[in-house]
Amino acid sequence: MNQLFNVITTIGVALLIVPTVCLANGKILATPGVSQVEGSGGGGLVPWAQLAGYATEDEIAISAFCTRATVQDFQLDTCGAQVNFYDRLELSYAEQNFDVEPLSTTLSQEIFGAKVRLYGDLVYSAWPQLSLGIQYKALDSDDIAFALGAHDNKGVDIYLAASKLHLGALAGYNLLWNATLRYTEANEMGLLGFGGPNGNGGIQGEVSAAVLLNKHLAVGVEYRQKPDNLGLNESRWRDVFVAWFPNKHVSVTMAYVDLDTIAALPNQDGWYVSLTGYY
Amino acid sequence: MSRFTISSISNFVTNIVIILLTFSVFSCSSIKESAEQQTLYQALGQQQGIERLVNIFIKKLGQDKQIFPYFAKASVSHFRQGFISHICEASDGPCQYEGDNMVDIHTGMNINEADFNRVVELLVLAMEEAGIDYPIQNKVLAKFAPLRGEIIKI
Repeated sequence: MNQLFNVITTIGVALLIVPTVCLANGKILATPGVSQVEGSGGGGLVPWAQLAGYATEDEIAISAFCTRATVQDFQLDTCGAQVNFYDRLELSYAEQNFDVEPLSTTLSQEIFGAKVRLYGDLVYSAWPQLSLGIQYKALDSDDIAFALGAHDNKGVDIYLAASKLHLGALAGYNLLWNATLRYTEANEMGLLGFGGPNGNGGIQGEVSAAVLLNKHLAVGVEYRQKPDNLGLNESRWRDVFVAWFPNKHVSVTMAYVDLDTIAALPNQDGWYVSLTGYY
Repeated sequence: MSRFTISSISNFVTNIVIILLTFSVFSCSSIKESAEQQTLYQALGQQQGIERLVNIFIKKLGQDKQIFPYFAKASVSHFRQGFISHICEASDGPCQYEGDNMVDIHTGMNINEADFNRVVELLVLAMEEAGIDYPIQNKVLAKFAPLRGEIIKI
C-alpha cells in the first residue's frame, strides 16, 4: 500500500512538473527497452544506455512499472517510476520489497536514480549510445544486513552503459546489445546492505542481448556480475526474457531468472514478470 | 584379410557420406547466398513492387496530420519518382538515384527526431501493407538509416 502510494506520489509530482506536455511518443516502438529491477530504464536486471520512455529531444516522458520475481526462497516486488527529460536526463524512483521466506520477513529498500545520455542514438548513431547513471540506495530494513556483516545500509552505484541496435543484422532481424560497467558496494543489490568482511565491491560487468522477432516482440538474455562482500557465495544473475510491446503505452516482460546463490541458499531460480506503463 | 576388407569398405562408405554432406552443405549455402544477394530488390517485388510501396507510402504521408505539413508544398510526382529510384538503387536494383541530395532537399525543413521517426513508422506501415516481410523491412531501413544526419535539424 505504502509502495503504491509512493508510485502515485512520484507520478503526481512528475505530472505537476510538466503541466503542458503532451504524450511523448517520438521514439520507435520498443526502442526504450523496459524497466529494470532498480528502477532505471533497461532490460530486467541491467540498466541500459537508453533512457526510459518514448521522449525524444523536445519531449518529456513519464513511465511507471511494477515487477515481481519469485525464486525458491525469496520474492522481490519492485514498483517505481521514471521521468525522461528530452531524452537527455532520466530520473527514477523504485521501492523494493524483498520477502525472505525462511525468516518470514520482508526487507525494504528505496532507490533514487539519475541517468544522463552522453552520446549517440541507439538506432542511428555510428557508435553506440552511451550513458552515465547513478543509483542511490537506502535500505530501510537493515537488521539482517548488519547481522550478516554488512558495513552500511546506504550506498551509491555508478554505471556507464553502451547500447546499440543493429537494423537487420541477424538475417534481417534487429539485434540489440547493451554492455554496462557498474561500480557498486551493494550486497544483493543493496537488500543485504553494502560492503562486508570480504571487501567493498568494485567494478562489475553486465551485458544484455536481444533480437526483435517483429516490431512488438523481443527475446533476449542478460548477465549481471555481482561482488561477494559478505562471503556468502553471492553469485552472478542471469535471465532469458520475452518482452512484448503491443503499443507505446504499455510493455510486458516475462523472464526465467537464474539467481543462483542468495544469502548462502543455492539454486535460486524462477520467474519474473514486469509491467510498464508509458505516458 | 576379411577384417581389412570390412574396414576398407566402412572407410569408403564413411568417405562418401562425408563428401556428400560437405557437398550438400556447400551447395545449400551457395544457393542461399545467391538468393540473398538478390533478395532486397527482388524481395521488394522489383520495379513494380517498389512503385506500389511508394504509392502506399505517399498515401500514408498525406493522411498523417503530423507529417503532411512537410509535404504540403512538395510536388508529389517529383517525390514519387525520386523515392522510387532511391529505393531501387539502395536495394541494388538496376537504377541510379539522380535526384537532389538529402541535405538540399531537407534544408530549412527543421525536421526533429520525433517527426523523422514518425516517417520511419509510416514507411514500416506502408511496407507491411505492401506485404513485405519483417526481415526485408529491416534491411530497407538499414539502407536509409545512415542518411538521418543529412535530413534532420537542418
